[in-house]
Amino acid sequence: MHVPIDYDILRIIWWSLLGVLLIGFTLTDGFDLGVATLLPFAARTDDERRMVINTVGATWEGNQVWFILGGGAIFAAWPFVYAVAFSGFYLAMFLVLAALILRPVAFKYRSKRESRGWRATWDWALFVGGFVPALVFGVAVGNVLQGAPFHLDDDLRSYYTGAFLGLFTPFSLLCGLLSVAMVILHGAAWLTIKAELGEVRDRARRIGSVAAVASIVLFVTGFAFVRFGSLGYRLVGAPDTTGPSNPLHTIVVKAPGAWLDNFSGHPWMLIAPTLGIIGAVAAFFGVQRGREALAMGGSSASALGIISTVGLSMFPIILPSSTDPRSSLTVWNASSSQLTLFIMLLATIILLPIVLGYTVFVFRVLWGRIDTKAILTSHDFY
Amino acid sequence: MDLSVVDLSRLQFALTALYHFLFVPLTLGLSMMLVIMESIYVMSGRAIWKRITKFWATLFGINFALGVATGLTMEFQFGTNWSYFSHYVGDIFGAPLAIEGLMAFFLEATFVGLMFFGWEKLSKPGHLAVTFLTALGTNLSALWILVANGWMQHPVGAAFNPQTMRMEITNFQAVIFNPVAQAKFVHTVSAGYLIAAAFVFGISCIYMLRGKWVEVARRSMTVAAAFGLLAALSTVVLGDESGYTLTDNQKMKLAALEAEWRPQPAPAGITLFGIPDPKTRTTRFEVKIPWVLGVIATRSFDQPVASIYELVATAQTRIVSGMLAYQAVQILKTDPRNAQANAVFAVHGRDLGYGLLLKKYVTDPSRADQATIEKAAWDTVPNVPLMFWSFRIMAFTGFFFIALFGAAFFLMSRRLHETRWLQWAGALAIPLPWLAVELGWILAEVGRQPWAIDGVLPTGLGASSLTRPELWITIIGFTVIYGALAVVEIGLIVRTVNKGPYVADPEPDRPALYPKSDNPGRPLVVAAE
Repeated sequence: MHVPIDYDILRIIWWSLLGVLLIGFTLTDGFDLGVATLLPFAARTDDERRMVINTVGATWEGNQVWFILGGGAIFAAWPFVYAVAFSGFYLAMFLVLAALILRPVAFKYRSKRESRGWRATWDWALFVGGFVPALVFGVAVGNVLQGAPFHLDDDLRSYYTGAFLGLFTPFSLLCGLLSVAMVILHGAAWLTIKAELGEVRDRARRIGSVAAVASIVLFVTGFAFVRFGSLGYRLVGAPDTTGPSNPLHTIVVKAPGAWLDNFSGHPWMLIAPTLGIIGAVAAFFGVQRGREALAMGGSSASALGIISTVGLSMFPIILPSSTDPRSSLTVWNASSSQLTLFIMLLATIILLPIVLGYTVFVFRVLWGRIDTKAILTSHDFY
Repeated sequence: MDLSVVDLSRLQFALTALYHFLFVPLTLGLSMMLVIMESIYVMSGRAIWKRITKFWATLFGINFALGVATGLTMEFQFGTNWSYFSHYVGDIFGAPLAIEGLMAFFLEATFVGLMFFGWEKLSKPGHLAVTFLTALGTNLSALWILVANGWMQHPVGAAFNPQTMRMEITNFQAVIFNPVAQAKFVHTVSAGYLIAAAFVFGISCIYMLRGKWVEVARRSMTVAAAFGLLAALSTVVLGDESGYTLTDNQKMKLAALEAEWRPQPAPAGITLFGIPDPKTRTTRFEVKIPWVLGVIATRSFDQPVASIYELVATAQTRIVSGMLAYQAVQILKTDPRNAQANAVFAVHGRDLGYGLLLKKYVTDPSRADQATIEKAAWDTVPNVPLMFWSFRIMAFTGFFFIALFGAAFFLMSRRLHETRWLQWAGALAIPLPWLAVELGWILAEVGRQPWAIDGVLPTGLGASSLTRPELWITIIGFTVIYGALAVVEIGLIVRTVNKGPYVADPEPDRPALYPKSDNPGRPLVVAAE
C-alpha cells in the first residue's frame, strides 16, 4: 500500500500525538487523581466526602481511558518505548497499576454499605489511587530525563540493569512532587467549579493555592537541575529520519545541559515553560478568589506548558539510556512502520473528534454543582 | 517451586487474564440485556420495567468496576512482562489495542457514568440511547481485542523485516478481516450473552424459589430465557472450530483437543470418551462416533482431519527450513543487501519462527542436531489431556444450556414460571458458564502453545528480561489484591441480591397488578407481560 505521507513527518506527528495523549490524560483524569488526593483533607464528614466523590463520580471512568489509550497508542506507534519503558520500570508500573486498580472499585463500592470502617477504608483506597499514580508518573518522567539503565542486544531485546530503589533520586523525587502538586492544583480547580459552595470547597481552594505555589517553586528548581546539573543527552550526527526503526544505528551521547539546546536554538519554544508558570500564577488567583474559569484555565495551561517543556527539551530523544547511550530511543529510531503510523493516524483523525464530541456532551448533561441534599435523597449517586 | 522467568511470566499472564475474563463476559451480555429491558420500559411505559432495568444495572455496575480495574493490568502487561513480544509484533498487535481504546473503550466508559447518573437528566429515549451506546462500546471492545488475539492465532497481513528485527504490517485489511478473529468474536460474545442470561435467569429463579419479588423475577426470567436460548445456540453452532483448519497450529489445536494421534480416514469420527496418554501418544478406552468430527471440522465428507503425528512431521520440515532462515537473518542484520542471504530468506522466511523454536535448546538454531530438531517438533504439541477434557466440559456445558434455555423458553411462553424443577436448575446452573468460558480461554491460549504468535514467535522468547524476585513480587501482589477484591465483589453481589430490587428505590410501581410483593403464587393478573 502506498503511504501518501513521508515517514519523518509521520514520526513527528506521532511524537506530537504522544504529547496530546499525555496532556489529554493530565487535563481530564488529572483532576480525578487530584480530587482523590484531596479527599481525606478537604472533606471530613461522610456527607462531605460523598459530595466530593460525586463531583467526579460520573466522569472519571471516561477520563481514565486517556491513560489506557495512552498505553495502546504507545504500543501501536512506539513499540520500542512500550517494550523498554514498561518492562524497565517494572515494579513502579506495578505500583501504579495496583493503585489504579483500587480506584474503580473504591468509587463503585464505597457507598454501597453504611459501615464507617468500610467507607473509611475505601476513602483511603481512593487517596492511594490518586496520590500514588501521580507521584510515580512524575518520578518516571524524572527518570526519563536522567536516562534509564538499559541496553539492547543485536536481536533488539532490551535488558534493564537498574533496581527499583534506584528510581528515586533527588531529581526524580522533585519531578514526582511537581506532578503531585500539579494534580492537586487541578483537582482543587475542579472542586472550585463542581463542589457546592461552602466549607469543603473553601478547604480545597486553600490547599489548591498552596499547590499552585509549590508547582512554580518545584518547576523552577527542576529547571535549575537541568541547567546546572549533570542532566542531558544529545543526538550526534545527521540521523536517518526516514530509515528503518533500529536504535542501534543512532549515536546519542551524554551531554550535561543539552536539554536546553532546543530552547536556545528555537527561542519560540520558551512559550512552553512560560505558560507553565503563568498558568500556575493564574490558577493561584483563580482558586484563591474562587474564580472557576481562571482556576481551571490556569491549571490546564500550566499542565500543558510543563508537559510540553519536557517534550520539547528532549526532542528528538524519547528515552535515553544512561548505561549504553547508543541504545537510546529517539523519534527517528523507535517508531512503528510507516504504514502502521499512517493507518493509526487515519483512525485517530476519524475517531478522536467523535470521542471529544460525546465527552463534551456528557460533561454538559452533568453540568452544575453537586448538591449534598440531592445526594442524600437520590439513589443514583455514589 | 523452581520456575523459570518464562514460566512465571506465563503464570502471571494466565492468572490476570483468567481473572479479568470472569468479569468481561458478564459485562458484554448484561449490557445487552439492559438495552432489551430498558427498551421494553420505554416502549411500554410501565414503571416495573424501569425497576427491573435499574436493579440489573446495579449488579452490572459492581461487575463492571472489576472488569475495568483488571483490564488496566492487561493493557500494560504486554509491555511489562512480554517486552520482546511487544517489540517483535507491536507494529501489528498494538494497532487493534489502540483502536479499541479510541473506538470502544472511550464509548463505553464515557457513557456508563451517564447511564448510572443520568436517569433524572435525560429523556426516556435519551437514556435508552446512552444504555445502548454503553453496550455497543463493550461489544466493540471485544471485537478489537479479538482482532488482536485472532492475529496471534493466525498472523496474516504481516512480514518479518530483518532491518528492524520485527514483524511489520503489509495488509491491514487482512488483519481486521482475519477469519479466525471473526469466528472468535462471534463465539466469545455469544458466550458472554450466555453468561449474562444464566446470571439473570439464575438469580430470578432464586427469587421465585424464595417467593420474593416475584413480579420482577418472572419478567426477568422471560427475557433471560429468550436471550439465553439464542445465545446458547449461537455459542455452540458458531463455535470457533471453523477456524481450526487454517494454520498448522490451529490444526494441531484441533488434533490435540480430539486426541487425534494417528491419521484416520475421512470423514473422521469424534471421540466421545477416552483417556489420552501423552507418554505413549495414544488414547485409551476410546469411544468414537463415526463421521461427526470430519463433518464439523472440515465441513465436508471427504477431507481428512490432520493428526498429531502428521503435524509433527510437518513441523520438523518447517524447523529445518527455519534454520536456514535464521542463518540468513544473522547475515542480514549487518549486511542488509547481501543477495544470497536475501534469496534464502525469500524462500525460507515464513519458517523463521519454527527455527526460533530451537532457541529453547541451543543458542544458535542453525547448528541444531537431528535429535534436537525432533524434540522441538514435538514441542509443537500442546498439553493433550488438558485440551481434550477442557473441550469436552466446555462443549457439554454449551449443550446443557441449549437444553435448559430451550425448556425455559418453552415454559415461559406458556407462562409456567412456577415450574419448580426449572427454578432449581436455573439457580444451580449459575456458575457453569463461567467454568465453560475459562476452559474456552485455556483451549484457545494454552492450545496455542508453544507459540505466542502462531508460527512466528515462540512464547519463551517473548518474555521480558526480568528477575524471578520481581515476578514473584507482582504475582503475589496481584493475587492478594485480586483475591481481596473477589471476596468484596461476591459479598456485594450477594448483599445486593438479598436486598432485592426495591431497596434502592422503594416508590410503588406494582400495586396495580400485584397485591403483595411477597406473593409466591401466581399473580392475579398475568396479561400485563
